[in-house]
Amino acid sequence: MTNYTTYFIEFSYLAASVLFILGLKGLSHPETARRGMHLAEFGMLMAVIGTLLHHEIVSYEWIIAGLLIGSTIGAAMAIWVPMTAMPQRTALSHAFGALAAALVGIAEYYNHGAELGKFKMGAIGLEVMLGALTTTGSLLAFAKLQGLVRGTPATYRGQNLFNMTLLAATIGCFVYLIVVPTAGTLFYVMVGLAFVFGLMLVMPIGAADMPVVMSLLNSYAGLAAAATGFALSNKVLIIAGTLDGFSGFILSVLMCRAMNRSMTNVLFGAFGSVSSAEDTGGTEQGTMREVGIEDVAVQLAYAKQVVFVPGYGMATAQAQHIVRELASVLEKRGVTVKYGIHPVAGRMPGHMNVLLAEANVPYSSLYELEQINPEFSSTDVAVVIGANDVVNPDARDNPKSPIAGMPILEVDHARSVVVLKRGKGKGFAGIENPLFFKPVTGMLYGDAKESLTKLVQAVQHV
Amino acid sequence: MTSETLIAALYVFVLAAFLGYQVISRVPPLLHTPLMSATNAISGISLVGSIVIAGQYGTASRLLGFAAVTCATINVVGGFGITDRMLKMFKRKETVIEKSGGDEKKP
Repeated sequence: MTNYTTYFIEFSYLAASVLFILGLKGLSHPETARRGMHLAEFGMLMAVIGTLLHHEIVSYEWIIAGLLIGSTIGAAMAIWVPMTAMPQRTALSHAFGALAAALVGIAEYYNHGAELGKFKMGAIGLEVMLGALTTTGSLLAFAKLQGLVRGTPATYRGQNLFNMTLLAATIGCFVYLIVVPTAGTLFYVMVGLAFVFGLMLVMPIGAADMPVVMSLLNSYAGLAAAATGFALSNKVLIIAGTLDGFSGFILSVLMCRAMNRSMTNVLFGAFGSVSSAEDTGGTEQGTMREVGIEDVAVQLAYAKQVVFVPGYGMATAQAQHIVRELASVLEKRGVTVKYGIHPVAGRMPGHMNVLLAEANVPYSSLYELEQINPEFSSTDVAVVIGANDVVNPDARDNPKSPIAGMPILEVDHARSVVVLKRGKGKGFAGIENPLFFKPVTGMLYGDAKESLTKLVQAVQHV
Repeated sequence: MTSETLIAALYVFVLAAFLGYQVISRVPPLLHTPLMSATNAISGISLVGSIVIAGQYGTASRLLGFAAVTCATINVVGGFGITDRMLKMFKRKETVIEKSGGDEKKP
Protein backbone atom coordinates (compact mmCIF):
# COMPACT_ATOMS: atom_id res chain seq x y z
CA MET A 1 0.00 0.00 0.00
CA THR A 2 2.62 2.48 1.11
CA ASN A 3 4.72 1.33 -1.77
CA TYR A 4 2.07 2.27 -4.32
CA THR A 5 1.67 5.69 -2.71
CA THR A 6 5.39 6.32 -2.99
CA TYR A 7 5.29 5.36 -6.66
CA PHE A 8 2.33 7.64 -7.22
CA ILE A 9 4.07 10.58 -5.52
CA GLU A 10 7.27 10.05 -7.49
CA PHE A 11 5.28 9.74 -10.70
CA SER A 12 3.46 13.00 -10.01
CA TYR A 13 6.83 14.72 -9.50
CA LEU A 14 8.23 13.30 -12.72
CA ALA A 15 5.16 14.44 -14.64
CA ALA A 16 5.45 17.88 -13.06
CA SER A 17 9.11 18.17 -14.11
CA VAL A 18 8.28 17.29 -17.70
CA LEU A 19 5.34 19.69 -17.78
CA PHE A 20 7.46 22.53 -16.36
CA ILE A 21 10.04 22.09 -19.11
CA LEU A 22 7.34 21.96 -21.78
CA GLY A 23 5.82 25.07 -20.25
CA LEU A 24 9.05 27.05 -20.49
CA LYS A 25 9.59 25.75 -24.01
CA GLY A 26 6.23 27.28 -24.91
CA LEU A 27 7.56 30.69 -23.93
CA SER A 28 9.79 30.72 -27.01
CA HIS A 29 6.87 32.23 -28.94
CA PRO A 30 3.91 34.39 -27.91
CA GLU A 31 1.56 32.08 -29.82
CA THR A 32 2.43 29.01 -27.77
CA ALA A 33 3.18 30.73 -24.47
CA ARG A 34 -0.22 30.53 -22.84
CA ARG A 35 -0.73 26.88 -23.66
CA GLY A 36 2.71 26.15 -22.24
CA MET A 37 1.87 27.89 -19.00
CA HIS A 38 -1.34 25.89 -18.67
CA LEU A 39 0.76 22.73 -18.89
CA ALA A 40 3.04 24.05 -16.15
CA GLU A 41 0.05 24.91 -13.97
CA PHE A 42 -1.28 21.39 -14.40
CA GLY A 43 2.16 20.06 -13.45
CA MET A 44 2.12 22.11 -10.27
CA LEU A 45 -1.33 20.79 -9.37
CA MET A 46 -0.17 17.20 -9.83
CA ALA A 47 2.90 17.76 -7.67
CA VAL A 48 0.79 19.26 -4.88
CA ILE A 49 -1.77 16.46 -4.98
CA GLY A 50 1.02 13.90 -4.91
CA THR A 51 2.66 15.61 -1.93
CA LEU A 52 -0.57 15.63 0.09
CA LEU A 53 -0.34 11.82 0.18
CA HIS A 54 3.14 11.92 1.76
CA HIS A 55 3.41 9.49 4.69
CA GLU A 56 5.08 12.00 7.03
CA ILE A 57 2.02 14.22 6.99
CA VAL A 58 -0.10 13.64 10.07
CA SER A 59 -2.31 16.71 10.14
CA TYR A 60 -3.72 18.94 7.47
CA GLU A 61 -4.94 22.03 9.40
CA TRP A 62 -1.87 24.18 8.88
CA ILE A 63 -1.40 23.01 5.31
CA ILE A 64 -4.95 23.93 4.37
CA ALA A 65 -4.71 27.25 6.20
CA GLY A 66 -1.49 28.13 4.36
CA LEU A 67 -2.89 27.08 1.01
CA LEU A 68 -6.06 29.12 1.53
CA ILE A 69 -4.34 32.29 2.75
CA GLY A 70 -1.63 32.03 0.09
CA SER A 71 -4.16 31.48 -2.69
CA THR A 72 -6.23 34.45 -1.57
CA ILE A 73 -3.26 36.81 -1.47
CA GLY A 74 -1.82 35.37 -4.68
CA ALA A 75 -5.10 35.66 -6.56
CA ALA A 76 -5.61 39.21 -5.33
CA MET A 77 -2.14 40.13 -6.58
CA ALA A 78 -2.71 38.41 -9.91
CA ILE A 79 -5.94 40.32 -10.50
CA TRP A 80 -5.20 43.79 -9.17
CA VAL A 81 -1.50 44.53 -9.57
CA PRO A 82 -1.19 47.04 -12.44
CA MET A 83 1.24 46.27 -15.25
CA THR A 84 3.31 49.32 -14.40
CA ALA A 85 3.98 47.80 -10.96
CA MET A 86 5.26 44.53 -12.39
CA PRO A 87 8.87 45.09 -11.24
CA GLN A 88 7.76 45.62 -7.64
CA ARG A 89 5.53 42.57 -7.72
CA THR A 90 8.32 40.45 -9.15
CA ALA A 91 10.75 41.64 -6.47
CA LEU A 92 8.18 40.75 -3.82
CA SER A 93 7.65 37.30 -5.27
CA HIS A 94 11.41 36.67 -5.25
CA ALA A 95 11.27 37.49 -1.53
CA PHE A 96 8.37 35.08 -0.91
CA GLY A 97 10.01 32.27 -2.87
CA ALA A 98 13.33 32.70 -1.09
CA LEU A 99 11.67 32.99 2.32
CA ALA A 100 9.77 29.74 1.74
CA ALA A 101 13.04 27.99 0.90
CA ALA A 102 14.80 29.47 3.93
CA LEU A 103 11.97 28.48 6.28
CA VAL A 104 11.94 24.91 4.99
CA GLY A 105 15.69 24.77 5.61
CA ILE A 106 15.38 26.17 9.12
CA ALA A 107 12.63 23.66 9.95
CA GLU A 108 14.74 20.79 8.60
CA TYR A 109 17.65 21.87 10.78
CA TYR A 110 15.40 22.36 13.79
CA ASN A 111 13.91 18.88 13.39
CA HIS A 112 17.03 16.89 12.50
CA GLY A 113 19.90 19.19 13.52
CA ALA A 114 21.89 16.59 15.43
CA GLU A 115 21.60 13.70 13.00
CA LEU A 116 22.43 15.56 9.76
CA GLY A 117 25.25 14.26 7.62
CA LYS A 118 27.80 16.52 5.96
CA PHE A 119 26.12 16.56 2.54
CA LYS A 120 22.70 17.32 3.86
CA MET A 121 24.06 19.99 6.19
CA GLY A 122 25.82 21.57 3.25
CA ALA A 123 22.64 21.61 1.20
CA ILE A 124 20.57 23.05 4.05
CA GLY A 125 23.25 25.65 4.74
CA LEU A 126 23.30 26.80 1.12
CA GLU A 127 19.53 26.81 0.98
CA VAL A 128 19.16 28.92 4.11
CA MET A 129 21.99 31.31 3.20
CA LEU A 130 20.72 31.96 -0.33
CA GLY A 131 17.13 32.07 0.86
CA ALA A 132 17.80 34.54 3.66
CA LEU A 133 19.93 36.97 1.65
CA THR A 134 17.51 36.89 -1.26
CA THR A 135 14.57 37.58 1.04
CA THR A 136 15.95 40.80 2.50
CA GLY A 137 17.65 41.81 -0.75
CA SER A 138 14.39 41.46 -2.67
CA LEU A 139 12.42 43.28 0.00
CA LEU A 140 14.82 46.21 -0.26
CA ALA A 141 14.61 46.10 -4.05
CA PHE A 142 10.83 46.14 -3.67
CA ALA A 143 11.02 49.14 -1.34
CA LYS A 144 13.26 50.99 -3.80
CA LEU A 145 11.02 50.22 -6.77
CA GLN A 146 7.86 51.12 -4.88
CA GLY A 147 9.47 54.41 -3.84
CA LEU A 148 9.38 53.60 -0.11
CA VAL A 149 13.15 54.01 0.00
CA ARG A 150 15.13 56.43 -2.13
CA GLY A 151 16.18 54.76 -5.38
CA THR A 152 19.61 56.35 -5.40
CA PRO A 153 22.57 54.20 -4.39
CA ALA A 154 23.48 54.45 -0.70
CA THR A 155 27.23 54.27 -0.23
CA TYR A 156 29.66 54.90 2.59
CA ARG A 157 33.39 54.63 3.11
CA GLY A 158 34.65 51.06 3.39
CA GLN A 159 31.39 49.62 2.13
CA ASN A 160 32.93 46.92 -0.04
CA LEU A 161 35.31 45.92 2.75
CA PHE A 162 32.43 45.68 5.23
CA ASN A 163 30.32 43.62 2.81
CA MET A 164 33.20 41.29 2.07
CA THR A 165 33.82 40.75 5.78
CA LEU A 166 30.14 40.07 6.34
CA LEU A 167 30.11 37.56 3.49
CA ALA A 168 33.28 35.90 4.77
CA ALA A 169 31.77 35.60 8.26
CA THR A 170 28.60 34.03 6.84
CA ILE A 171 30.56 31.54 4.78
CA GLY A 172 32.80 30.87 7.77
CA CYS A 173 29.77 29.84 9.82
CA PHE A 174 28.60 27.68 6.94
CA VAL A 175 31.89 25.82 6.62
CA TYR A 176 32.12 25.28 10.39
CA LEU A 177 28.58 23.90 10.40
CA ILE A 178 29.46 21.35 7.74
CA VAL A 179 32.28 20.11 9.97
CA VAL A 180 30.25 20.33 13.20
CA PRO A 181 26.55 20.15 12.26
CA THR A 182 25.47 20.24 15.91
CA ALA A 183 26.65 23.85 16.48
CA GLY A 184 23.06 25.07 16.75
CA THR A 185 23.66 28.67 17.82
CA LEU A 186 26.02 29.20 14.92
CA PHE A 187 23.31 28.08 12.50
CA TYR A 188 21.02 30.87 13.62
CA VAL A 189 23.92 33.35 13.60
CA MET A 190 24.51 32.36 9.97
CA VAL A 191 20.84 32.92 9.15
CA GLY A 192 20.97 36.37 10.78
CA LEU A 193 24.17 37.34 8.96
CA ALA A 194 22.70 36.24 5.64
CA PHE A 195 19.61 38.38 6.25
CA VAL A 196 21.82 41.42 6.90
CA PHE A 197 24.05 40.66 3.91
CA GLY A 198 21.03 40.69 1.59
CA LEU A 199 20.26 44.27 2.62
CA MET A 200 23.89 45.35 2.26
CA LEU A 201 24.11 43.79 -1.19
CA VAL A 202 21.19 45.75 -2.64
CA MET A 203 21.71 49.00 -0.69
CA PRO A 204 24.41 50.48 -2.98
CA ILE A 205 22.57 49.63 -6.19
CA GLY A 206 20.80 52.39 -8.05
CA ALA A 207 17.41 52.33 -9.71
CA ALA A 208 18.89 52.21 -13.22
CA ASP A 209 20.69 48.96 -12.42
CA MET A 210 17.53 47.28 -11.19
CA PRO A 211 17.11 45.02 -14.26
CA VAL A 212 20.39 43.29 -13.42
CA VAL A 213 19.64 43.01 -9.72
CA MET A 214 16.14 41.69 -10.37
CA SER A 215 17.54 38.97 -12.61
CA LEU A 216 20.24 38.13 -10.10
CA LEU A 217 17.77 37.83 -7.22
CA ASN A 218 15.61 35.69 -9.48
CA SER A 219 18.60 33.43 -9.95
CA TYR A 220 19.33 33.22 -6.20
CA ALA A 221 15.71 32.44 -5.36
CA GLY A 222 15.78 29.59 -7.88
CA LEU A 223 19.09 28.23 -6.60
CA ALA A 224 17.74 28.33 -3.03
CA ALA A 225 14.85 26.15 -4.20
CA ALA A 226 17.30 23.81 -5.94
CA ALA A 227 19.32 23.53 -2.71
CA THR A 228 16.07 22.63 -0.93
CA GLY A 229 15.77 19.81 -3.45
CA PHE A 230 19.25 18.58 -2.49
CA ALA A 231 18.41 18.78 1.21
CA LEU A 232 15.16 16.84 0.82
CA SER A 233 16.46 14.57 -1.99
CA ASN A 234 13.53 15.78 -4.06
CA LYS A 235 14.21 15.76 -7.79
CA VAL A 236 11.35 17.98 -8.92
CA LEU A 237 12.58 20.69 -6.57
CA ILE A 238 16.07 20.41 -8.01
CA ILE A 239 14.78 20.61 -11.58
CA ALA A 240 12.36 23.50 -11.06
CA GLY A 241 14.82 25.41 -8.89
CA THR A 242 17.62 24.97 -11.40
CA LEU A 243 15.44 26.12 -14.29
CA ASP A 244 14.55 29.24 -12.31
CA GLY A 245 18.14 29.77 -11.22
CA PHE A 246 19.49 29.50 -14.76
CA SER A 247 16.78 31.63 -16.23
CA GLY A 248 17.71 34.40 -13.79
CA PHE A 249 21.39 33.90 -14.52
CA ILE A 250 20.92 34.10 -18.30
CA LEU A 251 18.82 37.23 -17.92
CA SER A 252 21.39 38.94 -15.72
CA VAL A 253 24.14 38.18 -18.22
CA LEU A 254 21.96 39.60 -21.02
CA MET A 255 21.20 42.72 -18.98
CA CYS A 256 24.87 43.26 -18.16
CA ARG A 257 25.76 42.88 -21.82
CA ALA A 258 23.08 45.44 -22.71
CA MET A 259 24.83 47.92 -20.43
CA ASN A 260 28.36 46.85 -21.36
CA ARG A 261 29.21 46.25 -17.73
CA SER A 262 30.41 43.29 -15.73
CA MET A 263 28.46 41.75 -12.90
CA THR A 264 31.10 42.82 -10.38
CA ASN A 265 30.82 46.37 -11.60
CA VAL A 266 27.07 46.39 -11.06
CA LEU A 267 27.31 44.83 -7.61
CA PHE A 268 30.30 46.68 -6.24
CA GLY A 269 30.62 49.72 -8.49
CA ALA A 270 27.84 51.79 -6.85
CA PHE A 271 27.13 53.25 -10.26
CA GLY A 272 25.80 56.76 -10.42
CA SER A 273 27.20 57.94 -7.13
CA VAL A 274 27.89 61.66 -7.02
CA SER A 275 31.62 61.38 -7.58
CA SER A 276 31.35 59.59 -10.92
CA ALA A 277 29.22 62.33 -12.43
CA GLU A 278 31.99 64.91 -12.12
CA ASP A 279 34.92 63.81 -14.23
CA THR A 280 33.15 62.46 -17.29
CA GLY A 281 35.14 64.77 -19.52
CA GLY A 282 33.72 67.14 -22.09
CA THR A 283 30.89 68.46 -19.98
CA GLU A 284 28.50 69.19 -22.76
CA GLN A 285 27.27 72.74 -22.84
CA GLY A 286 24.93 74.25 -25.30
CA THR A 287 21.36 75.17 -25.63
CA MET A 288 18.46 72.82 -25.63
CA ARG A 289 15.88 73.64 -28.26
CA GLU A 290 12.38 73.62 -26.87
CA VAL A 291 9.58 72.73 -29.25
CA GLY A 292 5.83 73.25 -29.03
CA ILE A 293 2.94 70.79 -29.38
CA GLU A 294 1.79 72.21 -32.75
CA ASP A 295 5.26 71.96 -34.21
CA VAL A 296 5.66 68.32 -33.19
CA ALA A 297 2.14 67.48 -34.36
CA VAL A 298 2.91 68.75 -37.86
CA GLN A 299 6.18 66.81 -37.99
CA LEU A 300 4.44 63.60 -36.92
CA ALA A 301 1.45 64.05 -39.21
CA TYR A 302 3.56 64.43 -42.34
CA ALA A 303 6.15 61.78 -41.47
CA LYS A 304 6.55 58.51 -43.34
CA GLN A 305 7.95 56.59 -40.42
CA VAL A 306 7.82 57.35 -36.69
CA VAL A 307 9.65 55.34 -34.04
CA PHE A 308 8.64 55.55 -30.39
CA VAL A 309 11.36 54.86 -27.84
CA PRO A 310 9.83 54.24 -24.41
CA GLY A 311 11.68 54.26 -21.10
CA TYR A 312 10.84 54.10 -17.45
CA GLY A 313 9.31 57.58 -17.69
CA MET A 314 6.49 56.12 -19.77
CA ALA A 315 5.72 53.67 -16.97
CA THR A 316 5.73 56.30 -14.22
CA ALA A 317 3.49 58.57 -16.28
CA GLN A 318 1.22 55.57 -17.11
CA ALA A 319 1.42 56.85 -20.68
CA GLN A 320 1.37 53.55 -22.61
CA HIS A 321 -2.33 53.81 -23.58
CA ILE A 322 -2.05 57.34 -24.89
CA VAL A 323 1.08 56.39 -26.86
CA ARG A 324 -1.01 53.72 -28.50
CA GLU A 325 -3.75 56.24 -29.23
CA LEU A 326 -1.30 58.62 -30.86
CA ALA A 327 0.07 55.72 -32.90
CA SER A 328 -3.38 54.77 -34.21
CA VAL A 329 -4.13 58.37 -35.19
CA LEU A 330 -0.85 58.43 -37.09
CA GLU A 331 -1.41 55.03 -38.68
CA LYS A 332 -4.79 56.20 -39.96
CA ARG A 333 -2.91 58.93 -41.81
CA GLY A 334 -0.65 56.32 -43.37
CA VAL A 335 2.38 56.82 -41.13
CA THR A 336 4.39 53.68 -40.32
CA VAL A 337 4.76 53.42 -36.55
CA LYS A 338 7.35 51.24 -34.85
CA TYR A 339 8.57 50.90 -31.28
CA GLY A 340 12.26 50.53 -30.38
CA ILE A 341 12.80 48.67 -27.13
CA HIS A 342 16.16 48.69 -25.35
CA PRO A 343 16.83 45.55 -23.26
CA VAL A 344 17.35 47.58 -20.08
CA ALA A 345 14.57 50.11 -20.64
CA GLY A 346 12.44 50.13 -17.52
CA ARG A 347 13.14 48.39 -14.25
CA MET A 348 13.10 44.74 -15.26
CA PRO A 349 13.79 42.70 -18.40
CA GLY A 350 10.98 43.05 -20.92
CA HIS A 351 9.12 45.67 -18.88
CA MET A 352 8.30 47.95 -21.83
CA ASN A 353 7.01 45.10 -24.01
CA VAL A 354 4.45 44.17 -21.38
CA LEU A 355 3.27 47.76 -20.94
CA LEU A 356 2.83 48.28 -24.67
CA ALA A 357 1.12 44.91 -25.07
CA GLU A 358 -1.26 46.01 -22.32
CA ALA A 359 -2.08 49.06 -24.43
CA ASN A 360 -3.00 46.70 -27.27
CA VAL A 361 0.12 47.30 -29.37
CA PRO A 362 0.63 44.21 -31.54
CA TYR A 363 3.96 42.56 -30.79
CA SER A 364 4.92 42.66 -34.47
CA SER A 365 5.43 46.44 -34.02
CA LEU A 366 7.85 46.00 -31.12
CA TYR A 367 11.46 45.97 -32.30
CA GLU A 368 14.59 44.93 -30.47
CA LEU A 369 17.74 47.03 -30.41
CA GLU A 370 19.51 45.27 -33.30
CA GLN A 371 16.40 45.32 -35.46
CA ILE A 372 15.50 48.96 -35.03
CA ASN A 373 18.92 50.65 -35.14
CA PRO A 374 19.38 50.35 -38.93
CA GLU A 375 15.90 51.82 -39.33
CA PHE A 376 16.61 55.17 -37.70
CA SER A 377 18.34 56.63 -40.77
CA SER A 378 15.07 56.20 -42.67
CA THR A 379 12.96 57.46 -39.79
CA ASP A 380 11.46 60.95 -39.94
CA VAL A 381 10.68 61.42 -36.27
CA ALA A 382 11.98 59.46 -33.29
CA VAL A 383 9.92 60.14 -30.17
CA VAL A 384 11.76 59.45 -26.91
CA ILE A 385 9.31 59.00 -24.04
CA GLY A 386 10.91 59.10 -20.61
CA ALA A 387 14.09 57.32 -21.70
CA ASN A 388 17.50 58.84 -21.18
CA ASP A 389 20.58 56.69 -20.77
CA VAL A 390 19.51 54.15 -23.40
CA VAL A 391 19.59 56.88 -26.07
CA ASN A 392 22.69 58.71 -24.82
CA PRO A 393 25.08 59.08 -27.80
CA ASP A 394 27.97 59.53 -25.33
CA ALA A 395 27.91 55.77 -24.80
CA ARG A 396 28.98 55.44 -28.43
CA ASP A 397 31.07 58.58 -28.98
CA ASN A 398 32.78 59.42 -25.70
CA PRO A 399 35.12 56.70 -24.42
CA LYS A 400 35.44 58.57 -21.11
CA SER A 401 31.73 58.41 -20.38
CA PRO A 402 30.74 56.16 -17.46
CA ILE A 403 28.39 54.35 -19.82
CA ALA A 404 30.91 54.12 -22.69
CA GLY A 405 30.38 51.05 -24.85
CA MET A 406 26.80 50.49 -23.78
CA PRO A 407 24.73 49.63 -26.87
CA ILE A 408 22.23 52.41 -27.44
CA LEU A 409 19.22 53.11 -29.60
CA GLU A 410 20.71 55.46 -32.18
CA VAL A 411 17.81 57.90 -32.33
CA ASP A 412 20.18 60.71 -33.30
CA HIS A 413 20.37 59.15 -36.78
CA ALA A 414 16.72 60.00 -37.35
CA ARG A 415 15.85 63.15 -39.29
CA SER A 416 14.27 64.64 -36.22
CA VAL A 417 14.16 63.65 -32.56
CA VAL A 418 11.53 64.71 -30.05
CA VAL A 419 12.34 64.10 -26.41
CA LEU A 420 9.45 64.07 -23.94
CA LYS A 421 10.87 64.93 -20.58
CA ARG A 422 9.49 65.97 -17.24
CA GLY A 423 12.12 68.61 -16.49
CA LYS A 424 15.61 69.68 -17.42
CA GLY A 425 17.34 67.30 -14.96
CA LYS A 426 19.79 64.54 -15.74
CA GLY A 427 19.01 60.83 -16.01
CA PHE A 428 19.11 58.32 -13.17
CA ALA A 429 22.79 57.79 -13.63
CA GLY A 430 23.32 61.55 -13.30
CA ILE A 431 25.05 61.67 -16.67
CA GLU A 432 24.75 64.56 -19.07
CA ASN A 433 23.01 63.54 -22.28
CA PRO A 434 24.45 65.28 -25.41
CA LEU A 435 21.43 64.10 -27.39
CA PHE A 436 19.45 66.92 -25.81
CA PHE A 437 21.85 69.52 -27.24
CA LYS A 438 21.95 68.19 -30.80
CA PRO A 439 20.45 70.35 -33.55
CA VAL A 440 18.06 67.56 -34.62
CA THR A 441 16.62 67.29 -31.14
CA GLY A 442 13.60 69.17 -29.88
CA MET A 443 12.65 69.05 -26.21
CA LEU A 444 9.01 68.81 -25.21
CA TYR A 445 8.83 69.45 -21.48
CA GLY A 446 6.03 68.38 -19.20
CA ASP A 447 4.23 65.27 -18.04
CA ALA A 448 4.45 62.66 -20.81
CA LYS A 449 0.79 61.72 -20.56
CA GLU A 450 -0.42 65.32 -20.82
CA SER A 451 1.91 66.14 -23.71
CA LEU A 452 0.84 63.03 -25.60
CA THR A 453 -2.86 63.77 -25.01
CA LYS A 454 -2.37 67.24 -26.47
CA LEU A 455 -0.42 65.73 -29.38
CA VAL A 456 -3.28 63.36 -30.23
CA GLN A 457 -5.67 66.30 -30.48
CA ALA A 458 -3.22 68.45 -32.37
CA VAL A 459 -2.46 65.74 -34.95
CA GLN A 460 -6.18 65.24 -35.56
CA HIS A 461 -6.50 68.94 -36.41
CA VAL A 462 -3.53 69.07 -38.77
CA MET B 1 22.07 11.43 2.46
CA THR B 2 24.44 8.84 1.07
CA SER B 3 27.05 9.71 -1.53
CA GLU B 4 25.00 7.75 -4.06
CA THR B 5 21.91 9.89 -3.64
CA LEU B 6 24.10 12.98 -3.73
CA ILE B 7 25.58 11.93 -7.06
CA ALA B 8 22.13 11.15 -8.45
CA ALA B 9 21.00 14.60 -7.32
CA LEU B 10 24.04 16.21 -8.96
CA TYR B 11 23.23 14.43 -12.22
CA VAL B 12 19.72 15.85 -12.13
CA PHE B 13 21.06 19.32 -11.29
CA VAL B 14 23.62 19.42 -14.08
CA LEU B 15 21.25 18.04 -16.70
CA ALA B 16 18.52 20.45 -15.62
CA ALA B 17 20.99 23.33 -15.86
CA PHE B 18 21.98 22.28 -19.36
CA LEU B 19 18.37 21.86 -20.45
CA GLY B 20 17.43 25.15 -18.81
CA TYR B 21 20.13 26.95 -20.75
CA GLN B 22 18.89 25.45 -24.04
CA VAL B 23 15.24 26.20 -23.39
CA ILE B 24 15.56 29.64 -21.85
CA SER B 25 18.02 31.12 -24.32
CA ARG B 26 15.28 30.63 -26.94
CA VAL B 27 12.86 32.89 -25.12
CA PRO B 28 12.73 36.22 -27.02
CA PRO B 29 13.34 39.51 -25.11
CA LEU B 30 9.70 40.30 -25.88
CA LEU B 31 8.67 37.74 -23.28
CA HIS B 32 11.34 38.29 -20.64
CA THR B 33 8.96 39.71 -18.05
CA PRO B 34 6.50 36.80 -18.39
CA LEU B 35 9.51 34.45 -18.31
CA MET B 36 10.60 35.86 -14.98
CA SER B 37 7.17 35.57 -13.42
CA ALA B 38 6.70 32.10 -14.91
CA THR B 39 9.96 30.73 -13.53
CA ASN B 40 9.05 32.34 -10.24
CA ALA B 41 5.76 30.50 -10.18
CA ILE B 42 7.47 27.25 -11.14
CA SER B 43 10.06 27.59 -8.39
CA GLY B 44 7.08 27.91 -6.05
CA ILE B 45 7.39 24.12 -6.21
CA SER B 46 9.18 24.51 -2.87
CA LEU B 47 5.55 24.28 -1.83
CA VAL B 48 5.95 20.50 -1.85
CA GLY B 49 8.71 20.71 0.75
CA SER B 50 6.72 23.21 2.79
CA ILE B 51 3.58 21.07 2.81
CA VAL B 52 5.40 18.08 4.31
CA ILE B 53 6.88 20.24 7.07
CA ALA B 54 3.55 21.91 7.86
CA GLY B 55 1.96 18.49 8.30
CA GLN B 56 4.58 16.98 10.62
CA TYR B 57 4.54 16.62 14.42
CA GLY B 58 5.76 19.57 16.49
CA THR B 59 4.42 23.08 16.80
CA ALA B 60 7.60 24.85 15.65
CA SER B 61 7.78 22.73 12.52
CA ARG B 62 4.12 23.33 11.76
CA LEU B 63 4.36 27.08 12.21
CA LEU B 64 7.47 27.35 10.03
CA GLY B 65 5.80 25.07 7.51
CA PHE B 66 2.61 27.11 7.58
CA ALA B 67 4.54 30.33 6.84
CA ALA B 68 6.45 28.57 4.05
CA VAL B 69 3.26 27.12 2.53
CA THR B 70 1.67 30.57 2.56
CA CYS B 71 4.68 32.22 0.87
CA ALA B 72 5.05 29.49 -1.75
CA THR B 73 1.33 29.45 -2.52
CA ILE B 74 1.32 33.22 -3.04
CA ASN B 75 4.04 32.68 -5.62
CA VAL B 76 2.36 29.78 -7.35
CA VAL B 77 -1.11 31.31 -7.58
CA GLY B 78 0.04 34.89 -8.05
CA GLY B 79 2.84 33.96 -10.42
CA PHE B 80 0.82 31.78 -12.78
CA GLY B 81 -2.14 34.17 -12.60
CA ILE B 82 -0.14 37.22 -13.51
CA THR B 83 1.84 35.39 -16.21
CA ASP B 84 -1.39 34.39 -17.88
CA ARG B 85 -2.73 37.93 -17.59
CA MET B 86 0.40 39.24 -19.31
CA LEU B 87 0.50 36.61 -22.03
CA LYS B 88 -3.14 37.25 -22.86
CA MET B 89 -2.16 40.79 -23.83
CA PHE B 90 0.41 39.84 -26.45
CA LYS B 91 -1.40 39.91 -29.79
CA ARG B 92 -0.04 39.43 -33.23
CA LYS B 93 -2.38 41.81 -35.02
CA GLU B 94 -4.51 44.60 -33.77
CA THR B 95 -7.73 43.38 -32.31
CA VAL B 96 -10.72 45.35 -31.16
CA ILE B 97 -10.43 45.77 -27.41
CA GLU B 98 -14.10 44.89 -26.82
CA LYS B 99 -13.66 41.64 -28.69
CA SER B 100 -10.68 40.49 -26.65
CA GLY B 101 -12.62 41.18 -23.47
CA GLY B 102 -10.01 43.47 -21.97
CA ASP B 103 -7.11 42.21 -19.95
CA GLU B 104 -8.80 41.51 -16.66
CA LYS B 105 -12.07 40.24 -15.41
CA LYS B 106 -13.93 42.47 -13.06
CA PRO B 107 -14.56 40.64 -9.80
